Amino acid sequence: MSFKILVLAKQVPDTRNVGKDAMKADGTVNRAALAAIYNPEDLNALEQALRLKSKIEGASVHVLTMGPARAAEIIRESMYRGADGGYLLSGREFAGSDTLATSYALACAIRRLGKVDVIVCGRQAIDGDTAQVGPQVAEKLGLPQITYTEEILDCNSSEITVKRRLERGVEVVKGPLPMLITVNGTAPDCRPRHAKLTMKYKHAATLTEKQESGSDYTDLYTSHPYLNIEEWGVSQIEHDPQWLGLSGSPTKVKQIENVVFTAKESKRLTGSDFEIESLMKELITNHTIG
Amino acid sequence: MNFFNDNPTLKFQLSHPLMPKIVALKERNFAEKDKYDYASRDFEDAVDNYEKVLEIIGGICGDVIAPNAESVDHDGPEVINSRVKYARGTQENHEALTKAGVYGITLPRQYGGLNFPMVAYVMSGEMVSRADAGFANIWGLQDCAETISEFASDDIKNEFLPLVCDGATCSMDLTEPDAGSDLQAVQLKATYNEQDGLWYLNGVKRFITNGDAQIKLVLARSEDGTNDGRGLSYFVAENKHDHTVLVRRIENKLGIKGSPTCELVFTNTPARMVGTRRMGLIKYVMSLMNGARLGIGAQSVGLSSAAYIEALNYARERRQFGKAIIEFPAVFEMVSIIKAKLDASRALLYETTRFVDIYKAYEAIEVERKLSAEEKADYKEYSKLADALTPMLKMFSSEYANQNAYDTIQVHGGSGFMKDYACERLFRDARIMTIYEGTSQLQVVAAIRHVTTGNYLKIIHDYDAQPIKVEFSSFRKRLQIMTNLFANSVNRVNEIKNQEYTDFQARRLVEMAGHIIMSYLLFIDATRDKEDQFRKSAEVYLNFGEVEVRRHAAFIKTFDVENVDVYKV
Repeated sequence: MSFKILVLAKQVPDTRNVGKDAMKADGTVNRAALAAIYNPEDLNALEQALRLKSKIEGASVHVLTMGPARAAEIIRESMYRGADGGYLLSGREFAGSDTLATSYALACAIRRLGKVDVIVCGRQAIDGDTAQVGPQVAEKLGLPQITYTEEILDCNSSEITVKRRLERGVEVVKGPLPMLITVNGTAPDCRPRHAKLTMKYKHAATLTEKQESGSDYTDLYTSHPYLNIEEWGVSQIEHDPQWLGLSGSPTKVKQIENVVFTAKESKRLTGSDFEIESLMKELITNHTIG
Repeated sequence: MNFFNDNPTLKFQLSHPLMPKIVALKERNFAEKDKYDYASRDFEDAVDNYEKVLEIIGGICGDVIAPNAESVDHDGPEVINSRVKYARGTQENHEALTKAGVYGITLPRQYGGLNFPMVAYVMSGEMVSRADAGFANIWGLQDCAETISEFASDDIKNEFLPLVCDGATCSMDLTEPDAGSDLQAVQLKATYNEQDGLWYLNGVKRFITNGDAQIKLVLARSEDGTNDGRGLSYFVAENKHDHTVLVRRIENKLGIKGSPTCELVFTNTPARMVGTRRMGLIKYVMSLMNGARLGIGAQSVGLSSAAYIEALNYARERRQFGKAIIEFPAVFEMVSIIKAKLDASRALLYETTRFVDIYKAYEAIEVERKLSAEEKADYKEYSKLADALTPMLKMFSSEYANQNAYDTIQVHGGSGFMKDYACERLFRDARIMTIYEGTSQLQVVAAIRHVTTGNYLKIIHDYDAQPIKVEFSSFRKRLQIMTNLFANSVNRVNEIKNQEYTDFQARRLVEMAGHIIMSYLLFIDATRDKEDQFRKSAEVYLNFGEVEVRRHAAFIKTFDVENVDVYKV
């Protein structure tokens, strides 16, 4: 039985480790100063996809990412951890996409893949924090969706059962396939790179990368077809140009503000049992902890 | 944190001029490149593979093992129903490494291994130990598989080696209540059963690291009525947790608390013999111990590396009298000496490992085909070099791990004595390293013949013949003077022709050779290195070692045979 799992993943600037050069003078993110990393919640999504794959005979996991040429790294990284391959959607026509244009482009690319049983994406990316792309892709493809997934509990050829993490507890829901699910950061961490897979796939490359590298391994790609990462431009997907890139992006950034956190009020505790207890109560009540 | 990427001295070792030879031998000129999709295609590809896999291990060290170290030290393993339950962190560490598919790192690909040379394995050991020296034992015991791979029958290899690659843990069950340093006294009994062709083990083992492991290599007495090393054979048993091997207790130790040290009771444990009967101690355990000593070298260097980082960071952050304490000569000298001892022991670690790699590769090739006369000579040469440097490495690196942990606490002052800082754990963890796998005193016993036969002197002369930067010429002159002092001291001790006197002076002589060898290695590294990472350590170590050599030379020069009696108690 062929069972296709597709992970939507994004390469993002590492906004968790910001240095002093993280923002430009105009208030926009200085991408050059930040390392490009695998969006953390997309790694949680990949782990769920890989676990699902191990439960279903004949299942495969592929990764779709949209971005510049270097975003192929996301696909290789996924292969090092157990994905079977991936597709890079790349081209200047996609530049400047907001969530609407991004989800449109991704949906067009997914249609090209034919039948996909489960689409798994991270809840949101750390460079935008919108949590919109996954749900929008589902809407555009006319698929049902389950958000805030913490664990895929069960799945057969027609149904998937998922545990969702909500603000005040968990919820178990079941839905028909094909289905799109978005995965929370509270889901299990992604497995590490696997040594043998890393050695096996380290030469995997897109056409652009092969052309640019002047690699010594030309015959390698004919004898090992799994090393060829598919790269799609606009011409490979059926689309309406007005919905792509800047023209397809109604979001306009009006203003960006640097927020500097400062301590506004402070409280001094002497360390008595009573004070500690009331502090704990306060923190639990306002959901700082617990 | 990635313990491989943040330490450029490791990559530097992978670029050593002997590496092409090591890789070519290990890969049999890349014969498997079309057989396995992960096999290396050429030298550059191989080194790139080592780096990529070491990066995976370095990431697990930084993100999983190191953060778990404190809780593992605190919780430790426990015995439940005669079985060991690892601390939560230990379990997590082992799972992460298993998931990454890095166990069986040196084993042949046909058994699921990665077929990496020892240099890469030792590097992984260094990183794991830097993260948690106690856990380094559990990681390092995969070394047991090396002796299975080298000496066992194909049947045994096919059965056990894939298990190791899948993350089965190992233990080497050698010591007993009355057989510690003196393994000839081992009493655990092995009885052959003709009906099923298996051996059955009965008896008690003590101080067995990771004793509840799945795969056990056991030294046992196969010859009834014997009482020396020639009655011992070597066995492999799979611990199926069916009550034939029970953990009676685990020791409550000073350090490496995460590593369970077990007392085991064997009751009719089915086992299979590895290699030839009666050769257990003489051949296989000796080989196992040589591997284990290299492992302790890696563990010691890893601990020194952790100690140096703790000392340096604290000395930079801590302010007293209006400035960071690292600005005070008393502190910066201490930190520099920690670094010099770390760099010196690391240089010796990888030099030794390269020699081991070459002779082990020849040993494996010899099983496949006849070696040419030239190869045989090369094999013998590297075997001798490895034999000479291994005990020296084990002694120096473990002593320096202790000295460095001690000094790191000193740099921390009162805070270092508290449980709040990692250095007190490092200090406790380091303590065993000069003891297990042969005490420092026993390393001297193994090393002294290389002093008296002139092996060390020959090694030193070979290093002296290597080119070094012109600016280091004055250091070379000092090293030559130190070499003369060493040679004169050796001559004096040899001339007296008194075994007890030689034994009495042995450690001093081995130390003199060690200081000279490590100084040369650092200057040779500093010459090859373009990043200038070793120049300071080379000079600091030379200053330190020179005084030690002069001190020992002076002691030996004025010390006569009869003076030994003063020390007799």
